[in-house]
Amino acid sequence: MLGQIYEVTVMNLLNLPSRMSASSVIVVGIGGVVAVLLGLLSMAEGFQASLEKMGKADRAIIMRDGTSSEMNGAMTPADRATIKAMDGVVQGSGETYVVAAINKIGTDISANVVVRGVEPESFGIRSEVQMIDGRRFELGKAEVIVGVKAASQFEGLNIGDKLPVRDQVWTVVGHFASDGSATEGEIWADLANVNSAYRRGGISNTMRVRLTDEGTASALDERLKADPRFDLMVRSEREFYAAQSEDRTELINGFGVAVGVIMAIGAVFAALNTMYSAVSTRTVEIATLRALGFGSVPVVISVMIESLTLALLGGLIGGGLVWLVFDGYTASTLNDASFSQVAFDFAVTPELFQMGLIWALVLGLVGGAFPAIRAATIPITTALRGE
Amino acid sequence: MNIVGLMWANLFRKPMRTTLTILSVVIAFLLFGLLQSIGSAFEGGAQVAGVDRLVVAAKYSQIDNLPYAQKQQILSVEGVDGITHTSWFGGNYQDPKNFFAKFPVDPVSYFDIYNELDLQPADALERFIRERNAAVVDVALAERFGWQVGDVIPIIGTIYSKSDGDRLWEFTLVGTYSENGEASNFPLFLFNYEYFNESTAFGRDQVGQWTVRIDMPERAGEIAQQIDALFENSTDPTRTASEDEANRQFARQLGDMGFITTMIMSAVFFTIILLTGNTMSQALRERIPELAVLKTLGFTDATVSLLILGEAVMLCLLGGLLGGLLALGLGPIISAMIESFFGSFEVSNQVVLNGLGLSLVVGLLIGMIPALSAQRLAIVDALRGL
Repeated sequence: MLGQIYEVTVMNLLNLPSRMSASSVIVVGIGGVVAVLLGLLSMAEGFQASLEKMGKADRAIIMRDGTSSEMNGAMTPADRATIKAMDGVVQGSGETYVVAAINKIGTDISANVVVRGVEPESFGIRSEVQMIDGRRFELGKAEVIVGVKAASQFEGLNIGDKLPVRDQVWTVVGHFASDGSATEGEIWADLANVNSAYRRGGISNTMRVRLTDEGTASALDERLKADPRFDLMVRSEREFYAAQSEDRTELINGFGVAVGVIMAIGAVFAALNTMYSAVSTRTVEIATLRALGFGSVPVVISVMIESLTLALLGGLIGGGLVWLVFDGYTASTLNDASFSQVAFDFAVTPELFQMGLIWALVLGLVGGAFPAIRAATIPITTALRGE
Repeated sequence: MNIVGLMWANLFRKPMRTTLTILSVVIAFLLFGLLQSIGSAFEGGAQVAGVDRLVVAAKYSQIDNLPYAQKQQILSVEGVDGITHTSWFGGNYQDPKNFFAKFPVDPVSYFDIYNELDLQPADALERFIRERNAAVVDVALAERFGWQVGDVIPIIGTIYSKSDGDRLWEFTLVGTYSENGEASNFPLFLFNYEYFNESTAFGRDQVGQWTVRIDMPERAGEIAQQIDALFENSTDPTRTASEDEANRQFARQLGDMGFITTMIMSAVFFTIILLTGNTMSQALRERIPELAVLKTLGFTDATVSLLILGEAVMLCLLGGLLGGLLALGLGPIISAMIESFFGSFEVSNQVVLNGLGLSLVVGLLIGMIPALSAQRLAIVDALRGL
């Protein structure tokens, strides 16, 4: 039996090249499905990763109670000083979160890029923010530093460029990286400067703190909520960014899978077609084999293996193309919580790639099964007559 | 048998193959119909934008508010014939996932400017004006959450709290609105600006943006410039654009939705052309001796090639038609599934027609090469079975 399977299969695969154009339909059809699916899912994956990378366990955001956006909220310098002195808080920095309308490179589409006003402590709290080019802004000067993703996505953010913000003109003095997180899509400047340009006085929107340890965030949250002077809550960065990415990730994943499923149905029809015609052009051959004593099972298995091989090839090509073209491709989208842009890189992870191949194999399996059964069950006499 | 009948008969000589091929084409055009519709809902294209309406927003960013005091100045610009305003309230209903936009508005001017909106029941507008905490919503929202007129709808403020520090805002539903009898694709929750302005802890006497009606649409550009000039050197400079332009600017920020749709559609059509093209050339190869017989019988080269071309076009048109109808049928179901994320979309007849047009092009493309080789076919060679 194994010997029979082996022989029929090898024979099938060896004469595949002569059926090249028909077989390519399966490869391209399934390749297309895998490419579209992986393209969309890698976008969701990248979006989620870039937001989740921002979160560290021992850091927290203090913001207005009940809000979901860093944009809302007002904390006076006195509020911030009080909180900084509280137990469990190691470092704290007020942050103002505003947006500037800047065109995407090469388009006339203006998008809201995040401009974050920070205090010097911010660099200590977020140690992953590292200058890769130029220098940090000087306090009190009209200078900004720009994340690498923002610099590559939006116009006029090279070092030395002048950035008109409100009635002021700021100079870009450096580019920073931040471990691939969405922070790289932001522009940073001195809190006092941002506040003066956006007429905020000393009020910051939120406060970013580093805590003694992971558990402190919830204790601090309870303390602030109980304090009648404040209308604030504490969210650990992990919690905050996970909530921010959740909806969008679900949406893109859902969209990707829905489009993938519809395309997959189309590809199964294509695969069925190809395998049916592959079987029908070889009806006489298969019938001869069966007349010679080859059993039905080897015939079925050989047809299935052929279809699976083609499907796998399609999956590899489709997945490979997406990986080559999209992995690391930087895009940005709107963050619904604050109407500002979040930059992220598409990520074709090994897990996604593996999933793409599984889809391909399942499609190949379905596409091969019916023709295989037909090949094995068509009466030998009918088949030999070549009908 | 006329030539169309012959095409039809040829098409179904291998029913299984043709059915499977048509089904793949159907799937391609189903996707086309759905993606086109979702794409245009994203782009704001399907949203009705009045040609006689301008949107005046803060110059630097959408998150800035404008002072209420600008109203009289804007009204003084020649050609401006009405004005209303909206503001972004934020806020959550039960769960942050139940996303929909909530705007405090002035009832009278809002429904005057957006006169395509039809408010029901008959006393809704009067109650909306009179009752402090009244709200009206898009019919689609009322349906989605099962709201009835008279229901109290609690919204937790995420930006605005009341002056006593309370973040709970309660509204009584007094009516629903629809646009020419249909739900719009950006359903709104509207409540009384006066109530908002009296109660809010901060941000008083401010609005998010103005919507202005002009009496001469052809002078829109000029009027926009005049409005912006009014505030250019004030603390609150503005940027005025047509409503259509403003909708599009906002939608584009969502990201490269158009780009994604194009990528998917290219992948789908590349696959379809290859697949169907392959089927056609296979069908042709099998039929070479037959075509030679037709030529021998006196069919001209042109007729024979038309026969092949027609078969390909027929196959694609059939797929395009069925796919378009399927998209029309499935559209509302899928729209209902995704509306909680970004409003609904609608598969329009126009989209189906576009799909049909496209399927004609695809059919011609696919049929061209086999048709040409059928035309060049020499009777002698063909009869020899080469």
